[in-house]
Amino acid sequence: MRPSDAPAAAAPRAGTEDAVVIDGVSKRFGAVWALRDLRARIRYGRLTGLVGPDGAGKTTLMRILTGLLAPDAGRAAVAGFDTVADKEAIPVATGYMPQRFGLYEDLSVMENLRLYARLRGMDAERNADLFAELLAFTRLAPFTQRLAGKLSGGMKQKLGLACALMARPKVLLLDEPGVGVDPVSRQDLWRMVQALTDDGMAVVWSTAYLDEAERCGSVLLLNRGELAFDGPPADLTGRLRERSFRLEGLGARRRAVLAEALDLAGVGDGVIQGAGVRVVLRAGAEAAPIRALAAREGARLAPAPARFEDAFIDLLGGGPGGTSALAEGMPPVDLASDVAVSCRNLTKRFGDFIAADNVSFEVRKGEIFGLLGPNGAGKSTTFKMLCGLLKPTRGEAHVVGLDLRRATGAAKSRLGYMAQKFSLYGLLSVRQNLEFAAGVYGLEGAARRERIGEMIAIFDLGAWLEAPPQTLPLGHKQRLALACALMHRPPVLFLDEPTSGVDPITRREFWTHINGLARKGVTVMVTTHFMDEAEYCDRVAMLYRARLIALDTPDALKRGAASAARPDPTMEDAFIRLVEAEDEAAA
Amino acid sequence: MNRVRHRRGAEIEGAAARRFDLRRLLALIRKESLQAWRDPSTLLIAFVLPAVLLFLFAYAVSLDVRRVRIGLVLESQGASAQALAAAFAATPYLDVTFARDRRELTGKIVSGALRGYVVIPQDFEHRLAEPGGRPLTQVITDGSLPNTASFVASYAQGVVQTWRAGAGPEAPRAALVLEPRYWFNAELESRRSLVPGAIAIVMTIIGTMLTALVVAREWERGTMEAVLSTPASVAEILIGKLSPYFVLGMLSTLAAAGLAIFVFQVPLRGSLPALLVLSAVFMVPALGQGLLISSLARNQFLAAQIALFSGFLPAFMLSGFLFEIDSMPVWIRAITFLVPARYFVASLKTVFLAGDIGSVFLPNLLTMAAIGLVFFLLAKRATRKSLE
Repeated sequence: MRPSDAPAAAAPRAGTEDAVVIDGVSKRFGAVWALRDLRARIRYGRLTGLVGPDGAGKTTLMRILTGLLAPDAGRAAVAGFDTVADKEAIPVATGYMPQRFGLYEDLSVMENLRLYARLRGMDAERNADLFAELLAFTRLAPFTQRLAGKLSGGMKQKLGLACALMARPKVLLLDEPGVGVDPVSRQDLWRMVQALTDDGMAVVWSTAYLDEAERCGSVLLLNRGELAFDGPPADLTGRLRERSFRLEGLGARRRAVLAEALDLAGVGDGVIQGAGVRVVLRAGAEAAPIRALAAREGARLAPAPARFEDAFIDLLGGGPGGTSALAEGMPPVDLASDVAVSCRNLTKRFGDFIAADNVSFEVRKGEIFGLLGPNGAGKSTTFKMLCGLLKPTRGEAHVVGLDLRRATGAAKSRLGYMAQKFSLYGLLSVRQNLEFAAGVYGLEGAARRERIGEMIAIFDLGAWLEAPPQTLPLGHKQRLALACALMHRPPVLFLDEPTSGVDPITRREFWTHINGLARKGVTVMVTTHFMDEAEYCDRVAMLYRARLIALDTPDALKRGAASAARPDPTMEDAFIRLVEAEDEAAA
Repeated sequence: MNRVRHRRGAEIEGAAARRFDLRRLLALIRKESLQAWRDPSTLLIAFVLPAVLLFLFAYAVSLDVRRVRIGLVLESQGASAQALAAAFAATPYLDVTFARDRRELTGKIVSGALRGYVVIPQDFEHRLAEPGGRPLTQVITDGSLPNTASFVASYAQGVVQTWRAGAGPEAPRAALVLEPRYWFNAELESRRSLVPGAIAIVMTIIGTMLTALVVAREWERGTMEAVLSTPASVAEILIGKLSPYFVLGMLSTLAAAGLAIFVFQVPLRGSLPALLVLSAVFMVPALGQGLLISSLARNQFLAAQIALFSGFLPAFMLSGFLFEIDSMPVWIRAITFLVPARYFVASLKTVFLAGDIGSVFLPNLLTMAAIGLVFFLLAKRATRKSLE
């Protein structure tokens, strides 16, 4: 898209250099500080990322900037208007897209556009050129009569953007526009936003995906309501230069090497990346120990470009160690068969709609197997059929050799399941949740007390035992959910979006446990929309439009997407490539 | 091009600066109407549910007592006793089972097969001959259904008195004969007072429940946040939200009144304009309550629950629609003064059964409007603090 295609932004008010000025803003809800003495400036003509994990204060800041919330202390100005004193002027100068786009699902695309146009004092008839411009810009012209509720996530997002752009705002505020949108549409949105900033608009893009930060011109990194970093993302990743390495060609040894590397004193952070391991050294640490480890394993140690997420973890003082106390205490899994999970021609229909179409694969014992795909691709449906929560329309599924259709109960007692959003019992305390999980899997007496005590110790839940789960920080909620799913030491573990919204350090810790479990022979099935998390998997199944479009190791999938222009593609690139190929084949 | 854009910019700033803009309001009303029209549950609640309710109250629910099953124990064999028994058998309001011994009937009372029995004692002829003094018959009733029990008691006495006045030759002539007349509802048909009352229930459902649901839905789906971030003011958003449901409520009232008058034969002794004015004013507290609930709950499930308990149930039980307010304990009677439906039900009964009586309408209208104003002020406050 050429910059000139974008609707022109109104020129900034004379004499104001900054689009947004945040001056000592604080906001608290009850005892919790959502924002604490925040100071920052946002410039025109630039894409500024408002980045941080869930609960960092991103949405609160967005709402303060749009005048929907008043700060408890400090002041904020947008396009030269104070968000409290000149509250009436804010909606004219800004366009705001709240989470979930703020669209009326039972109105058509055109009706939504007209509504927002009139609310901003414009008329579709008199401003036909503007409508045509916006429809061309968002490529929504063919869908004007469609109800907004029937649009895909990506199209909803574009419509939300068009509604927010209606008044040619000087400042555009987008609250988590990337959530629930497939990578291809997200790519589209980046291009559109680029065109807008080239025309002088200030765009603020809030996100919990740290990898999105790398695309922003400038970043405000929030952590627990405080500003952790302010500046171009390269400034932050630049701090890791000379400290970021990749150990290549480790193959099946990579999990053990990662655990060992993370336990080295000088290593602050590390993740699995395909067949290798990426490590980040602490500031000022010697590279000798990691060199020694590489030499012993016969791996090549190469400098690697730092990622924003690594830099964030480094900023917070590094991630957790590599040893999982949970896995240490567990006996190795003993299975009769080498195949832990298998399915053949798995199909599920809901009326006319096919949610899963002829899905077949086998998962070996001790494997970490990922299911990837955009929202609505059939990940959750496939997943639910594999753990006996949903009856397939056709085809069969086996877990540890048990047919899920005939021996559902027996199969379920052999698997652990951690549902999306962690689904804990809100009216029970943390201890009662653990006791319930132990009871429901038939643990009794001393064994039960011992196992619960072990979980409390490993996951550090001692301080929270009498609290209701919803008062726990997200990371602790995740730990509790994992403890409940593992109470009966199942040989197969199902994790449905286990790390959504969780901060990166807790995610590292979570994967340390999962790696440890896999090394003990536990088979792990996982769905995720964090593309970089797919790197932890031994093999990845990509689902798109209910069908399995690819199944291979992360490295092989990435290799398939490599081109002259992009010699070292990411998982996201690989995914986009595969989806585009699939769409071309369908067309 | 540049100049056009500039001019448009100035225009936009002008319109946005205005706190109240008719075009914005119309856009919001149009949006709300489209949504209401496309949502099948809206039309279901506005038109199908009221019709079902009215049919239920007109045909299925009846507070009238007809053909109550009672027993008659005939211990005396005398001619007068036989004649009295025949009088019992002849009345259309009772369904009489005859017996010689009261023990035959006790079991049937316990099982609920009979609602009571009348005993004509052995010495009936003797008592009849006595001048005044001892009662003639004994009446036993099932106290677990108090209404029916008192009906059985008073009706049994009535039969005896009538028989004595007419047929008993040697009975002393009563000095006075009481001939009751019931005003406004001469046949005491419960339908005639239930159907107008049901209109109040229907309006409460539309005004309070539906409004609470649709506003809560906007909060739940995040559209309220998006609209609040446009130049539209809170007043515009709220008026835009409510006017379609006001119109819907009035249409529904008209339909319900039509059903009442033409299908259920309830007379409309007052005028149609009076009925419409009453309904329109009742919509003020009903909508205000719905708005207040949704700005407090902001979640459809919770809003529906609160609307049920604070709107629908009081309108049902404390408005005088089903249960007479005068027979409630004092402290419950005190609560009914806060229920807007109370004033509406009283007015509706008047306009349907009595006529246009200003002295009844005026205080009711004023009270409903006042309660409505309080709800609106509270709701406005709760919405302005919007996202806190």
